[in-house]
Amino acid sequence: MPRVLLIEDDPSIREGVGLGLRRRGHDVSSAETGEEGLALMGGFRPELVLLDLMLPGINGVQVCRRIRETSQVPIIMLTARGDDFDIVVGLEAGADDYIVKPARTEVIEARIKAVLRRLSDPVGTRPGVEQHGELTIDRAGLSVAKSGERVPLAPSEIKLLLHLSASPEQVFSRQQLLEYVWDHSYHADARLVDACVRRLRTKVEDPDASPRYIQTVRGFGYRFGPL
Amino acid sequence: MRRIAPLGLRTRLIAAFLLVAAISAVTTAALTYQQARNAILKQTQDTAISTLRDQVEQQEFRLPLDQAELQRIVIELGKRGKPHPWIIFGEYGSVRVSTNPGTPTSSVITDNLREKVRRHDYTAFQRVEDARGNPWLTIGVPALFEHNGFSESTGAVFYASVPLSTEKQTVEAMVDAAKQGAVPGLAIAIVPALLAARSVLRPVRDMRRAAQHLGRGRLDTRIEVRGADELAGLARTFNETARALEQSVSELQDAEIRARRFASDVSHELRTPLAGMLAVTEVLDEDAERLDADTAKALRLVSAETGKLAVLVEDLMEISRFDARAAELNLDDVDIAEAVRKTLERRHWVDDRIVAELPDQVRARLDPRRFDVVLANLVGNALRHGGAPVRITVRTAPGEGGERLLIEVADSGPGIAPEVLPHIFDRFFKADAARTRSAGSGLGLAITLENVRLHGGTLLAANGSAGGAVFTLDMPLEARV
Repeated sequence: MPRVLLIEDDPSIREGVGLGLRRRGHDVSSAETGEEGLALMGGFRPELVLLDLMLPGINGVQVCRRIRETSQVPIIMLTARGDDFDIVVGLEAGADDYIVKPARTEVIEARIKAVLRRLSDPVGTRPGVEQHGELTIDRAGLSVAKSGERVPLAPSEIKLLLHLSASPEQVFSRQQLLEYVWDHSYHADARLVDACVRRLRTKVEDPDASPRYIQTVRGFGYRFGPL
Repeated sequence: MRRIAPLGLRTRLIAAFLLVAAISAVTTAALTYQQARNAILKQTQDTAISTLRDQVEQQEFRLPLDQAELQRIVIELGKRGKPHPWIIFGEYGSVRVSTNPGTPTSSVITDNLREKVRRHDYTAFQRVEDARGNPWLTIGVPALFEHNGFSESTGAVFYASVPLSTEKQTVEAMVDAAKQGAVPGLAIAIVPALLAARSVLRPVRDMRRAAQHLGRGRLDTRIEVRGADELAGLARTFNETARALEQSVSELQDAEIRARRFASDVSHELRTPLAGMLAVTEVLDEDAERLDADTAKALRLVSAETGKLAVLVEDLMEISRFDARAAELNLDDVDIAEAVRKTLERRHWVDDRIVAELPDQVRARLDPRRFDVVLANLVGNALRHGGAPVRITVRTAPGEGGERLLIEVADSGPGIAPEVLPHIFDRFFKADAARTRSAGSGLGLAITLENVRLHGGTLLAANGSAGGAVFTLDMPLEARV
């Protein structure tokens, strides 16, 4: 079962969520602070990080950025939903999803599974390497290179890119992307899509030009190309 | 907009000032003119009459008079004209002479005067104007002789025509002076009128502006108090009122902010323990099966109540976000039919309890998450408190400021009691006071209404003609942030 690193300063949540997930067969390791969590990354090698946004010392957003520097491990933010701002900041820092506190273990587990499924079940059946302009997308190896140079992408980013590029020029609504990429059939939140598209663009698009690969279709959603 | 009235306060004030000035100028001039004219004329008149009478009395002549004698007396009298030279006419029977031999009679001596003098044998006078409009004083004096203490008429009558042109000139000069004085006077009166109007109007204008600012919510508006007159008093009162208003509003705001923050803080604080509890409720539920009946019941109760508490806290957070105006719209273009179907599917309301009339090709710009909350709440309420089937009708209609999206959710239940209807959107309102807590938090409809308002729409609750509650959602097809 997946190894989950839980970084959460509040003992009741840490213990409660830890207990719930362990009962469902997850291998959970918990950390009280961001520093402790970062230290555990190497030894524990988690397959997923559950990260609280409000932490003593370095906060969740900073922890998220640090993890993203070295790893493409999926990250789910645990957040106080009241703060729309926090959600967006967390997502822009590189988180793949967010969970609003308080949440039942079944919700947490469903989100964890959805995030992990993204990588084990790539979109489309076409194997091999595709070339789109300067982008090289390796569907089997789950890697993306721009002008021959590898682009490190978070799981949600690569999943989104794979999904869009599987059907070039087809327009997907935010809702469709949420359902395909995030499995969010129950909670429509376009911010996830928008934040992910923004992050993806900073990595694959030319900074000066208008978006070339991931284009906005105003009023409908996004599409890949035409190049 | 300020309406510029044809008779503004300024115009009326100035008009009133000028009217007062004109009335006083004209009255003064008229009275002065009349008094002066009378005085001048009376003096001239008295002098002339007494002079003529004295002169006539002093003349000695024998009767009967002949032409030459009468002419002599007339010339004699003519020399003594006072205060002005006069023209003397003498009449004796049919003999008529004058100092101007060419004109033995004068047109200015009227029959009326002649009649008076002859009938009463007494001095009479009259002011007349000749054909050219020159004023004359005409005096008629009968020549009498004393006889045994009686005066008896000699039959001779002497008339004097005294020109009053000098007096006329004097009076005209006075009228001119009054006229020439009044016009510049009136012109000058405009200056104090303007000043007075300004001194009255400026505070009034200041006050109007201040009242407007106050009305727009700028409660720190104050008026500069000048002087110590009634307007200054009014300004001071205005300032005191504004100060009192500002103070009580700021106290109210502080109290409101405290209350709001308290609700928000409490919800926030409840969330952390709840997050831990909610994560382990399934553990409790699972383990309850293996425990004895009482413990199992207790555990399931704790688990169920924890779930309700979590929903309540979430709703409280949502409400306090609306109260703090921190709720914002994340707008997206949405196919309405698709969005409604999704909402129903997610809640597994896809059986024949729901009848939905969904027109194709209706796209709206709204916050999909909030729209989902609104619709789910209305349909959920209809199912819970009303009764199946629940009918959802979606249509669009032109309205003020663009197309409107109209959604009707009607149930087949008993409808809403009339006394409940006005409170249906109140927070924690329980339709049936005796009823214990329902599955909802009591905030559902309040949150729904806030979500609709955030989109710039309205939500109405009513009873349908066929019974059953009808909720009508009316919001712009294109919501704006």
